[in-house]
Amino acid sequence: MQEQTPNIEPQPERIYRHALPVRIWHWINALSLFILIMTGFQIFNAHPALYWGDRSDRDKPLLAMRAMKAESGEIKGVTTILGHPFDTTGIFGYSGDKVRGFPSWATIPSGKWLSMGRQWHFFFAWILAINVLIYMTYGFGSRHVKKDLVPTGPDLRNIPTAVKDHLLLRHETGEASKRYNVLQKLSYLGVIFGLLPLIVLTGLTMSPTMDAAFPFLLDLFGGRQSARTIHFATCFLFVGFIVVHVSQVILTGFFNNIRSMLTGWFTVQTTGVAHEQSETH
Amino acid sequence: MNSPKPIDRRRFLSGAVQAASLLALAGCDNLSRSDWFPSLLSNTEKLTRKAQRVLSSRKAMAREYVEADRSAVFPANGNSNPEDADYQAMVNNGFADWKLEIGGLVEKPASFSLAELRQMPSRTQTTRHDCVEGWSAIATWTGVKLGDLLERVRPKPEARFIVFYCADPDEDGQKYYESVDFDEAYHPQTILAYEMNGQALPVPHGAPIRLRIERQLGYKHAKYVMKVEAVESLGTIGGGNGGYWEDQGYEWYAGI
Repeated sequence: MQEQTPNIEPQPERIYRHALPVRIWHWINALSLFILIMTGFQIFNAHPALYWGDRSDRDKPLLAMRAMKAESGEIKGVTTILGHPFDTTGIFGYSGDKVRGFPSWATIPSGKWLSMGRQWHFFFAWILAINVLIYMTYGFGSRHVKKDLVPTGPDLRNIPTAVKDHLLLRHETGEASKRYNVLQKLSYLGVIFGLLPLIVLTGLTMSPTMDAAFPFLLDLFGGRQSARTIHFATCFLFVGFIVVHVSQVILTGFFNNIRSMLTGWFTVQTTGVAHEQSETH
Repeated sequence: MNSPKPIDRRRFLSGAVQAASLLALAGCDNLSRSDWFPSLLSNTEKLTRKAQRVLSSRKAMAREYVEADRSAVFPANGNSNPEDADYQAMVNNGFADWKLEIGGLVEKPASFSLAELRQMPSRTQTTRHDCVEGWSAIATWTGVKLGDLLERVRPKPEARFIVFYCADPDEDGQKYYESVDFDEAYHPQTILAYEMNGQALPVPHGAPIRLRIERQLGYKHAKYVMKVEAVESLGTIGGGNGGYWEDQGYEWYAGI
């Protein structure tokens, strides 16, 4: 939220917040993830069910999206999770008068087209994987990870306050907004060193040639079908991250944040604003 | 700063996001139907094949399971009972007159009856079948190593691929076929299987023999194999992409 009274507007301070490599990395990542998620749903739709272990026992899915005919003759989309059915007509199982796992607005290509979905998926998987490796090299080489992402002692002690502030939608201003807060640091570290390697490795475990070359991948994830399930779950953690990340971008000044990730320059909100915000939140 | 009211901004943002996503999705569909973009994407297959060849040794073995790991139900994808009069006649007399022809660029073309194949040294393996759709199933396969057969017919030096011609036609009469390179053809787990789970290979799974290419996806494992041919190039066979599904946009290299 911005201030409503123009009279007390202080001179805004501008800082150079995101270095060029980080900005390029961010947008390549954003595009690749967006495409990988939606082409992933296309691939998932070819067999919209998940299992644990090495094989797919069709009678024992952890999750399955199906279409079923109700007694009225109406076709319903039914999602079964651990044996519990949920009516998900219009979203999962049956949407747009078609039997399909995810609806057409969530998949690339929008229609059923597994081979094309795979082509897109593997192309952007390469881009994402290379991007992650470059980032890790840069992140350690330039000390970006250590300087900006690893939480400090005071950061860690501040976690309860930070959680409370986030829940009340109270955001840092002034000096504090020049750095990432502790929850930001932890979630970025979690994504970069947790989710990204996990999604790449579980993806590779679905490759029969990689399983022959590195059989420990099968042991690590408990089988090819388990790896597929973890790949899918990790995808939803990414979706969750993106939802929270984009909401925070909007809540803490959409245009300022977008500008800082495009040009590097970030306008620091002064304490005057913070004061007013805390009165009106 | 003269900011718009938050509610207007929110409405503007959500409208902008919706419009942008619709445009982006329509754009992606247009890209999929263009000539240049799929052709750009198809470079990935070469990159993946080369990278996997570097990471994985030629003789790396697919995991072998135990009988207890077998799937209770092994789905039969694709054709499960070829609509072909010649094939049905072979089923009716128990494949007694069936012969596997091996020819093309080989020194000594030969043909083998089912009984002859069964007399050759065999390999039995319990392996996981990974379908391109995403599911996996486990079964035990017994058959003759393709490498052993190739040693008998001796491929000529110019031969680069082995092509498998099958009995099963689709609705348009187009018969299934597949192909592999020599690395895959001579791999110890690459067999022409005549038994599944200790029984004669059933019709839904490709009787009398099916190919097992254990380090690649299910569509490479051609069923109802009738003829094997060594060739120099795949360009003049079928749609020119090395296989039935390959002609419909799937990757020839199905290691992932």
